[in-house]
Amino acid sequence: MLSYFLILVSTVLANNFVLVRFLGLCPFMGVSNKLEGAVGMSVATMFVLTLSSMTSYLLSTWLLRPLGLEYLSTLSFILVIAVVVQLTELVMRKTSPLLYRILGIFLPLITSNCAVLGVALLNVQEQHNLLQSALYGFGAAAGFGLVLVMFAAMRERIAYADVPVHFRGAPVGLITAGLMALAFMGFTGLAKL
Amino acid sequence: MLTAIVSVTVLGSLFGLGLGWAARKFRVESNPVVDQVDAILPQTQCGQCNFPGCRPYAEAIVSGEAQINQCPPGGEAGIRALADLLGVEVLPLNPENGREQPRTVAIIDEDTCIGCTLCIQACPVDAILGAAKLMHTVLEAECTGCDLCLPPCPVDCIEMVIRNPDPDDWTWPRPSPGNGETELSQSDRVTAGAA
Repeated sequence: MLSYFLILVSTVLANNFVLVRFLGLCPFMGVSNKLEGAVGMSVATMFVLTLSSMTSYLLSTWLLRPLGLEYLSTLSFILVIAVVVQLTELVMRKTSPLLYRILGIFLPLITSNCAVLGVALLNVQEQHNLLQSALYGFGAAAGFGLVLVMFAAMRERIAYADVPVHFRGAPVGLITAGLMALAFMGFTGLAKL
Repeated sequence: MLTAIVSVTVLGSLFGLGLGWAARKFRVESNPVVDQVDAILPQTQCGQCNFPGCRPYAEAIVSGEAQINQCPPGGEAGIRALADLLGVEVLPLNPENGREQPRTVAIIDEDTCIGCTLCIQACPVDAILGAAKLMHTVLEAECTGCDLCLPPCPVDCIEMVIRNPDPDDWTWPRPSPGNGETELSQSDRVTAGAA
């Protein structure tokens, strides 16, 4: 029980995928201009990441390991992630138009979020079981969402701040992200995993 | 080696078939009225109706959020067709959205063009060809005359010229004012009336 809780703490805070492992930086910079967009992106990522880390776990235990094809993990995980994202989009569009309207444009973007592939590969490397994989994916997405929303809130304020000309836009965003990463180093040692 | 090829192929085809099946199973039927309204709109994607394109405007008309008189490129004929389809009153074109003009086409003055690609990004129908630092040109058949490429051009090398009418939008010349006579001579009118 404790180990499951530790997975959550570790992925959200201590080993945050964005600020400590530096995965998923592209949407982190790209979708953080507005708070609404950041919230939508975080929720969509949470959904897809949990689902895709579970499916890629199933694929790796049922197909790749029995056949001795572990070296094809990256390739087949990319395939699985793309399919899961597409399927989620199709099903969501039919069953819940409201959710589709909120998350719709973010879903295809998640395909290219490297944190999704990173989680799938790390699950195999750390030899998680199904529940641990799901939790690892969920925690990674929650951590991603946490820093994305915080970062977006800061960028909304920075947009109105009197920033020196040469630092406007992406540079000051990257500096802010660096400071956030420094702050998150304070969580190191909170969970050893 | 063979297992790898076979398993990845099988996996890929299975996923493909699954997605194809899901796409059919979970297909969302769009409102047929929206399709009909969209078919009447001129597909210039110019945004003069204050919507991001013709399709969003069609959806707004059907859901009652927008009036039918916000499309200057469609002009009076378009408004009349929309009124017919939806069974509502014909409204005059809303002047806030623009005036009805003869259809134009963008022409790039190729000697002045500096190849900045800004107009390519602005074009809603991808009718401008070119690359960075290379001269751009307009595909006249694709250009909808929406004027959206004019504001971004830093050297003002794009000009809108009135398009030569093709058989689809050619109309009889209007009667000239002045002496009250049309451009047709008396004998022409007699033959036209007899035919």
